[in-house]
Amino acid sequence: MPKKPQEFSVNREISISEFFEKNRHILGFDSPIKSLFMIVKEALDNSLDACEEYGIIPEISVTIERLEKDEYRITIDDNGPGIDRRDVPSVFGKLLYGSRFHGMRQSRGQQGIGITASVMYGQITTGKPTMVITKREGEDVGYYFELGINIKENSGRIFVEKPIITDKGHGTSVSITAKGKYQIGKQSVIEYLRETAAVNPNMELRFTDPDNRTITFKRVVEYPSRRSTPVKPFPPGLELGEIQQMGMETKYDNMVDFLSQEFSRVSKKTAMELLQISNIPQDMNPSELDSAKGKSLMNAFTQIKLMNPPVDSLSPLGSDFIRKGLRNVYGEINPSFYSKPVMRPPAIYNGNPFSVEVGIVYGGDLPADQQVSIIRYANKVPLLFQPGACAITRAVAETDWRSYGLDQRSGTGIPFGPMMILVHVLGTRLPFTSESKEAIAGVPEIIEEIKNALRISGRSLKTYMNKKDRRLKVMEKYRIVSEIIPEIARKAASVTGNDVPPIDDVISKIANVILVTEDFSSIPEGISVQCRVFNYTTIPRSIKIYPDPPAGELSGEQKAWDLIDVPPSGSSAFSFIVSNVQGKYDGTVYYFEGQDVTKVQGADPLPGDWNIQEVDIIQESAADDSK
Amino acid sequence: MTASETKLIEIANRIYNAMKSGDIPEISVSSRNRDNIVLDPRYLVWRYGDNFVTRTAKTLDGAEYILKAIDVIEFVMEMKRTSKTSTLREMYYISEGWGLGKFHTQDESNLLSEDLEVISSLMREDFNLRPEENGASVIGNITIEEKNRKGEFKTINCRDDVGDGGYGIPYNVESEKLKFKSVDADFVLAIETGGMFDRLVENGFDEKMRSVLIHLKGQPARSTRRLLKRINDELHLPIYVFTDGDPWSFRIFASVAYGAIKTAHISHYLAVPTAEFIGVTATDILTYKLPTDKLTDKDIQALNAELKDPRFQTEFWKREIETMLQTGKKAEQQALAKYGLDYVTDTYLPEKLSSPGME
Repeated sequence: MPKKPQEFSVNREISISEFFEKNRHILGFDSPIKSLFMIVKEALDNSLDACEEYGIIPEISVTIERLEKDEYRITIDDNGPGIDRRDVPSVFGKLLYGSRFHGMRQSRGQQGIGITASVMYGQITTGKPTMVITKREGEDVGYYFELGINIKENSGRIFVEKPIITDKGHGTSVSITAKGKYQIGKQSVIEYLRETAAVNPNMELRFTDPDNRTITFKRVVEYPSRRSTPVKPFPPGLELGEIQQMGMETKYDNMVDFLSQEFSRVSKKTAMELLQISNIPQDMNPSELDSAKGKSLMNAFTQIKLMNPPVDSLSPLGSDFIRKGLRNVYGEINPSFYSKPVMRPPAIYNGNPFSVEVGIVYGGDLPADQQVSIIRYANKVPLLFQPGACAITRAVAETDWRSYGLDQRSGTGIPFGPMMILVHVLGTRLPFTSESKEAIAGVPEIIEEIKNALRISGRSLKTYMNKKDRRLKVMEKYRIVSEIIPEIARKAASVTGNDVPPIDDVISKIANVILVTEDFSSIPEGISVQCRVFNYTTIPRSIKIYPDPPAGELSGEQKAWDLIDVPPSGSSAFSFIVSNVQGKYDGTVYYFEGQDVTKVQGADPLPGDWNIQEVDIIQESAADDSK
Repeated sequence: MTASETKLIEIANRIYNAMKSGDIPEISVSSRNRDNIVLDPRYLVWRYGDNFVTRTAKTLDGAEYILKAIDVIEFVMEMKRTSKTSTLREMYYISEGWGLGKFHTQDESNLLSEDLEVISSLMREDFNLRPEENGASVIGNITIEEKNRKGEFKTINCRDDVGDGGYGIPYNVESEKLKFKSVDADFVLAIETGGMFDRLVENGFDEKMRSVLIHLKGQPARSTRRLLKRINDELHLPIYVFTDGDPWSFRIFASVAYGAIKTAHISHYLAVPTAEFIGVTATDILTYKLPTDKLTDKDIQALNAELKDPRFQTEFWKREIETMLQTGKKAEQQALAKYGLDYVTDTYLPEKLSSPGME
């Protein structure tokens, strides 16, 4: 069993680099294919983290060049904040660099080892240094480095450092040369980039592969990602060693100040209470916290009711990112339904806040006879490996999808159907099954929250399917009254040798409703829709209709139509154009006002939050226009 | 207008009148399933009970059904006017031209014409519709007269005037088409499979045992059952049914003796309540140690359905069905060849016929 990194203390850091050199599979560098993937992943994760922290809309290019048969140069170039030249040796050359305990927050990379391991892997396999160019905003020059790692001392070794002139405002470019193997497929660099693009729709990403082909994932959202706020550690989420180390590093010289200042949700009063329970003197220096005292302090935490940890440290994707990202990356499969993304309120696992977000894409060209595909994310990072071991996969398999209209034998297992499920689990300290962070551990609290989010998404899928069913029923009713009944009347009259009977009474008995129907066709501007409202009741009816296209937007100013006094057995129609439709148009959703629910088919009563929805739509169109 | 035309027009009239008075048109028909068949004490056959299914124009299916029914009535009236007949399959194809009323499958058109029979208490023949299936064949010393296409009655002895295939039963076996002249036999043996029919013919079973052999060709057509019924009624010959030993064969016997669920409206006209089943029974499989096949899932389902079928609620059938379920085995009638080609005619049938052993 590999040791957990937090169990290495500072004074053993000399051996950390050595340890990882000998055990590089622990970090995921276990095959040539995967090593190439890991380098791209670690560098890209760092770039996105940095952009997010500084509120920068990311623009990143990833290039993989084949130098020899099995030697590649991987270059990741970002427009991030840049790195202070004095920090460069530590960032790239020292494992476990980065403030970890004094600011708990959600980020992509967490352990300060990924990029250093990549540098080290390149150095070990090719002997070539890593090249870094970085420039900070407002500085006149950038700096060019060639660097490596001093494995014995766990520190960076700078071979070349010189200022260079660059026209870039700010950003960092990292070039690592390493042995590897490039491939495409389910667990590949390109899949990682695609899934990353799906949850970072504000990123413009250009990828050039070893055959010099370029793929661009376009930016569709013009604002930075939501930033997480660092918070102080929450005691129940910490290990004994971590508290001890904080005690070593703190500037406070007594336990009361240490506890009340360095941890969240611990007041002075609580601190004194804790010390009393654990029998530790209030004025003891925190560096004297030995393991016996530490244990009784840990025990005291369990006896005191602390407020839940602050959740500002979380940075969810948000529903706009999920919806637009999915549409941007998977729009080519023409899904007929995008679920409204679900975000669960933060929950607590082992003292650490976490949350779950889910988005569902249904229909289109997705294969109906295969298992649904699950796109897994942990802290915005795609998880491509070990799906079977992952809490997300388990939660999907343990959810009964049959009631949401999917095929699933006996209600367990991955369901079948034309569907993609995006699941994002986020938290300040997520439990992974291994140090390479490829799968989320099957912790009951987390699985339960994922299931809750899946169930909500499942219900919205079901609502969509019900609406589709209802539309079909309306069309059926429309066929009965508009085509079949007149035909029966004609034929019955002719067979019996009578005149054709009047049918209005029969029709209003069959469909004693106002029927909202539509016809649509493609035109250059989008989809041209004609909505026709039939009054099959016995008195004149007025109704206000609000079209709500599930894909695309209503073009033009008019968003609602008043139809006044439609006569019995008569109809009234209006037309509009839906623009920005990607893929197949599946019909318009209609809402109405001014009639009883039971009197209308083909439209739903206007929901109370209609105006709120309108704001949402405006926001969406603003972003879409700019792409 | 003939009586049958009046009855058909009556169905259309009901629809017309409903619409004229502003009501939603509908058609009610006896529900044609296992749960709605009852024993008719007068004829001792199973007929439809009092459950009705109402098809209403409120639903798309119902509206289309009513339209199709009128289309069929119109089509039948037209055939009657021009003295034409058509097969059920021809009608299915002709419906292509009916626009909204077109049939999507031939099952649909067959079921609808059966429904119309049930509603009007008429027979398919009254609709100038006929099945495309030809009836099965007869070998035995029975002499009939059949009207040929020229309109002349032709005398045929079903033993001497036919080849090995036997006399082919026409689709219409009513007395206007087929008359019995004479018979010199003691009973009728109705046989499920062609292989066994040929075996009995080759072994001269008809002459040796003074019997009339009738090949059922699997689930027997209406004309075959009607002929059995007429032979039983008019010539007073007992009917014995000889089939494979499996759940589907039990149903073949039931349709001959008790009436089929699909045609229960004319059971009194087709079924021979005195017909006896002589095997192969589940008990025979054990007694004669016949080579067997394992029951499939579908076989087991069919047996369980038969346990709930009102027609099989006798001690004999309950015992046989349960035995078959317990042993999990079925056997073909030709499995008797295990003991040689003559075993069936020399041993099995004489034994079974001397004590059919049921009810």
